Amino acid sequence: MSAGGEVRGLPDGRRGGLSASSPGGARDAPVAGLSARLAVPGRLDVELSAAPGDVVAVVGPNGAGKTTLVQALAGLVPAGGEVRLGGADLGSLPPQHRRAGVVFQDQRLFPHLSALENVAFGPRSRGVPAARARDTARDWLDRLHVGELAARRPGRLSGGQAQRVAIARALAAEPALLLLDEPFAGLDVGVAAALRIELSRHLAAYDGVAVLVTHDALDALTLATRVAVLDRGRLAQTGTPQEVAARPRTEHVARLVGLNVIREGTTFRAFPPSSVTVSLHEPDDSARNHWRGTIRGASPHGDQIRLQLHGDHDLIADVTPAATRDLGLTPGREVWLSVKETAITTY
Amino acid sequence: MTDPTPDTPAAPGPRRRRDPLGRAPLLLTVPAALGLLILVVPLVTMVAATDPASLVAALGRDVVREALWLSILTSTAAMVICLVVGLPLAWVLARVGFPGRRLVRSLVIVPMVLPPVVAGVALRTAFGRSGLLGEPLLGLTGFAFPYTTWGVVLAHVFVALPFVVISTEGALRAAGPGYDDAAATLGASRWLTFRRVTVPLALPGIAAALVLGWARSLGEFGATITFNGNYPGLTQTMPTLIYVERQSDADAVLALSLVMLLVSVGVLLALRDRWLVTA
Repeated sequence: MSAGGEVRGLPDGRRGGLSASSPGGARDAPVAGLSARLAVPGRLDVELSAAPGDVVAVVGPNGAGKTTLVQALAGLVPAGGEVRLGGADLGSLPPQHRRAGVVFQDQRLFPHLSALENVAFGPRSRGVPAARARDTARDWLDRLHVGELAARRPGRLSGGQAQRVAIARALAAEPALLLLDEPFAGLDVGVAAALRIELSRHLAAYDGVAVLVTHDALDALTLATRVAVLDRGRLAQTGTPQEVAARPRTEHVARLVGLNVIREGTTFRAFPPSSVTVSLHEPDDSARNHWRGTIRGASPHGDQIRLQLHGDHDLIADVTPAATRDLGLTPGREVWLSVKETAITTY
Repeated sequence: MTDPTPDTPAAPGPRRRRDPLGRAPLLLTVPAALGLLILVVPLVTMVAATDPASLVAALGRDVVREALWLSILTSTAAMVICLVVGLPLAWVLARVGFPGRRLVRSLVIVPMVLPPVVAGVALRTAFGRSGLLGEPLLGLTGFAFPYTTWGVVLAHVFVALPFVVISTEGALRAAGPGYDDAAATLGASRWLTFRRVTVPLALPGIAAALVLGWARSLGEFGATITFNGNYPGLTQTMPTLIYVERQSDADAVLALSLVMLLVSVGVLLALRDRWLVTA
């Protein structure tokens, strides 16, 4: 159905250059599930698996190893372990033989080539004749609604247009594994929203495994079929977006989905910021869930004010603007926080 | 808003823009002016001292035309060789991590700081008729580098290659390995990436490196005369001709020097906006 479909299974003259120890080149493998075990000393140690058609959102704070994971999967950083895609181990293959397409955070469109030639680069690299590769490229640019920009150099594209071209370039190469590193970072909110909707369509039509690194809970919830939470180079949690959003196991994810999470041994207790009561004195009711905290910051959140608090636990609490004024809830203020037991989900 | 005329009235202010930090100190501006004079005065006096008629006459002499032609020919041939071996060497230094890379780079730079006469002596020990490589070459093919036009090219390559390699390496590094990564994920082999991404992106820098190497090669004297002597039509380039004439004909020397100056300035002007001047 896709013009790019013609590309697959072409005779490949470069295969002779592969070492004998990796007889099954990635490109002959049928599109199939991903099963990876990757170790980059000091930066990453994870196991990740996904079924064909899965979109795995990788979330985590800065420095958690998200970009390293993308690079290790693509073969751009040396990593121990293995990357199995449809049975073949890509771990020992260089990037150009992995069929892993990357949409880089900074796009990395070739500045000396037009948008069309950028997108045609992948098919041409795999031996498709120039004219056919350009047809494929034109088709992909049209699908991403930037067909009229085909002749432009990347320097004359806006951020959103460049990101569309970058996505078209990655998809035109017919990757079995699609890696997107924060595809909406640095885009205007409106541009990102439009692109998110469109990307969800392309990802739904994509039959390989997609890995999407994101900072945004919305991406994880709207685009992903699975979520993998990275924390300091390790997987802290995996699950469906709904599971992870409802029962976050790291503070980072809890903040992304707007929840408080407290870890007590092996159990987690989550509650929404709207259920937190803020008072200036220690509550004299017998509720056992109360903590001291210092206000660190305050910002508008809907018609409420969201307070960031630091204390026994780092928590967020939503209060009314009137309460903020009456109680004098300004940064630096020491307060008591309490939560009704019934508002807490324990898991 | 869409008015294309650029001559909108400028904001009121002093005609000459004043440096908000105040005047540049004399302790810096005076030596700066002195430095400029040292560079400019000899060239100006040389132009002033040259009789235009002698310039025309000089260009009419066969020996001059031969030397000029040989200079241009050998320098250009040297740059072709510098491109063929220097670009790959620069690429290896810029892109391949291997133990001893810093040592290799140092070895590349050594001929740059070597006195050219010493370079000529060194070339003799390697490519002279009884040199380590020169002797078997002579035995096998009957060809020897010294005192031939190829010997001139070899001397030029030896002297100019370090300049070409080091500036090309800088250009390749500036072209960003990130694009190489992107090309690899799209399935491009390293050779294809080199051809279609790395070189096109570094092209201005590579061209600038070759122009600098060409200029360096055009003025090469020490290594050439030590290795090849000074035979008109065969190994006599402009600098060696000027050196010979210097002892007999002062007017001709001025004219020949002016020709060299014009060629050098011509190259500089041709490239000034493109590659050489950054600010």
